[in-house]
This record gives sequence, C-alpha cells and structure tokens, in this order.
Amino acid sequence: MNELKTMSEQAPDSPERRRFVGAAAAVAGLAVVPGVMLYEVADARPEEQPASSAVRWGMLVDATRCASGCDDCVSACSTENGWTPVAQSAHPRQAPQWIRKLQLEDPLTQAQINLPMLCQHCAEPPCVDVCPTGASFKRADGIVLVNRHTCIGCRYCMMACPYKARSLVHEPLNDTQKPDVPRGMGCVEACTFCVQKVDRGDGTTACAEACAAAGHNAILFGDLNDPESEISKRLRELPTKQVRADLKLNLGVRYHGI
Amino acid sequence: MKSLLALGAVVLTTAALAWAGADAQPKAGGAPKPVITKAAKGEHCVEDTAYMRRNHMKLLNVHRDRTVLQGVRTKKHSLKACIDCHASEATGSVASAKEDFCVSCHSYAAVKIDCFDCHSTKPQSAAATTLPHAHPASAAAHVEELAGVSQ
Repeated sequence: MNELKTMSEQAPDSPERRRFVGAAAAVAGLAVVPGVMLYEVADARPEEQPASSAVRWGMLVDATRCASGCDDCVSACSTENGWTPVAQSAHPRQAPQWIRKLQLEDPLTQAQINLPMLCQHCAEPPCVDVCPTGASFKRADGIVLVNRHTCIGCRYCMMACPYKARSLVHEPLNDTQKPDVPRGMGCVEACTFCVQKVDRGDGTTACAEACAAAGHNAILFGDLNDPESEISKRLRELPTKQVRADLKLNLGVRYHGI
Repeated sequence: MKSLLALGAVVLTTAALAWAGADAQPKAGGAPKPVITKAAKGEHCVEDTAYMRRNHMKLLNVHRDRTVLQGVRTKKHSLKACIDCHASEATGSVASAKEDFCVSCHSYAAVKIDCFDCHSTKPQSAAATTLPHAHPASAAAHVEELAGVSQ
C-alpha cells in the first residue's frame, strides 16, 4: 500500500505507474479467483477473439546463464504438459521429448555451452511444408502446432525438422493426459509454447517460469512484434543467433552465447 | 402366370414387412437402455436437451476447430465444459465406467468415439489432484469399453 501511495504521487499518466497498476491488478486477480484473472491481465486476449498475427510469440535463450546439470525447464514442461520424463519411460529411445537439455563442447577449446533445445517455432516451418494432411500448422501468432484431429502419424514432419524437435507418441496414454493438453498415441507432438497458458493470458511458458524460479533467468518469453516488450528490448541489446540460420527459417527462438 | 407371380411377390413382401415390424417391437429383456445421469453441476445444459442429443457432435466439431486452429477457448460448447458438468460423481470421469455419461449412450448406440484417446475424461480440478497412472484399472476398463463399442 505504501508503494501505491508513492507511485500515485508521480505524474498521473506516467507509463511506469500504469504498468505498476496493471501488474497490481493482475496480482490481485490471482489472489482472489484464479478463473477471473483472465480479464484482469492487461495483455490477455479476450477468449472469444482468435489469435492475431499482430503478435508473434518468441523466446530468447541466454546460453551464458543456462546452468550445467540443471534441467528445471525440462521437468516443468513435462509437468505442465503431462509427458512422461524420459528417465521414467519404459522406452527412453522413443519417449516423447518436448524440450531437451543439451551440453555442447568445442573440441578445440573444450569450452562448454548448455542450452535447452525445443521447437523453434519457425516463421517458415519445414514441418508444415511437408505435412500431407495439413495437420502441422502455424497459428496466426506464430506458434507452430499439430492438429491431432488430422495428424495421421506419418512422421514426415519429424524427418523435415532440422532441430529434432518433434516426437511421436508410441504408447496408449490411458487417460493420464492433462485436461488442457490433449495428447494421444499415433500423433506427432512438440513444444507448443505452452499454448494453453498463452491463451489464458499468462504471457509466459512453464520452462521460462521454472528457469526464473531457479534464479537463472536464461529463458525469456514474449512478443517479438511488440518493440516495447522485454524480449524485443533484450534482442536489440544482445547479439543473438538462430540455430542453422543458413536454412533461413526465421526462428521464433533465438540463442545468445552460442 | 405373370399375375400369379406378381401376387406371390406381393404376399411375400407383406409377410416380410409384417415380420420385420413384429421384430422391431421392444422385447422384455432386450438391449439395456443407456443410463443417463443428470449432470452433477449446473441447472441446465448450454442448449436444449433434445437439441444436444442430436447435435452435440456438430457443436463439438466446430468448437474444436476454432480452438485448435485459432486459439478461441470459449467455455460454451467446449468438450472441457461438458466434462466439467457431466463427470460422474462415482468415477469423476465421463468415460471410465460403463454408466459414465459419454460411454453409456455411445455403447448403446454402437458409436465409437475416439475423443478420449487423447482428451482427459476428468474435469480440470479432479485431474490436477490425480497423479498420472493413479487409476490404471479404470483406464484399462475404459479402453476395453471403447474396444467393445467398436466391435
């Protein structure tokens, strides 16, 4: 409350104050009724409004902050989206993986780089190009998804993806799915940028939340089209790379420090 | 001769129709009627019951495409909202036991649905408190049930 008072002494329409009030409203919404906060968050799209191409969701991974041996992003993804962690799978070599932790080593210098690898949400996705049924598609806001109602499990998209980001569900899931994340045997799946959270207006993903909670802050999620968003500002400041930039796929995930 | 044949055909057809009609009468101890339990939550459905019985699949199809392709997540006509209200109080699910809301009618009507190959059969809150693999028996029963329906 004290903070509110000091803020109100500033110019009434200052952007700082408006941002603060917005954040306070969001927090209040969270505290009172989780279901109602949808309407409180400033960025939330009304639920009857389709995803818009005015937004392009993207991610910035700061590999210099990504800690060796930490896989909090992977376990958070597994918990949020209901896929079995690879270590617990009966068939680890074919188990679905929406996000993987990689450790790379330069053979000349032995310099090590840690990074999470996930669907890069390309602007020109090869998985969409090759899909024979149109099940693999890019949503208006840049999120690349699989429509499981039309996926026939042919796995062309898995072959086409340069990032090895997609998996096929080989085993029946026996009603262990999350209500928000339907998944099923015989369908290809991959990172969805936590589309259920994005549509809810959370404006973040499970992996980004977990990374921040662990204190690493290596993952930043946001709107690449909004020049004022945190991710756009950081992308302006930091030199970043696209993995396999030579393919000219215009990736939604950018890496710093690789 | 021709007229005699025609007469014979007419008699046979009438007899066949009469026989078929008699067979269509409900017999005592015939196929068991579906158990339709009233929704645990809510006063009434989002549409009239009669309309829903005929058209729920069309509403679900339209809504599913709008949700998957465009990210429209309105509650009315969404499968999640159906499950929220219609999950049975005994199993907490719409499709894990024979009497559960979805399975009951679909097995009676011999309609195979594959919604629950991918979608959770439990409401959000119940599924959140239930750990994965907590009910292998009920899940197996559900799979058997669906297999039975397809036969």
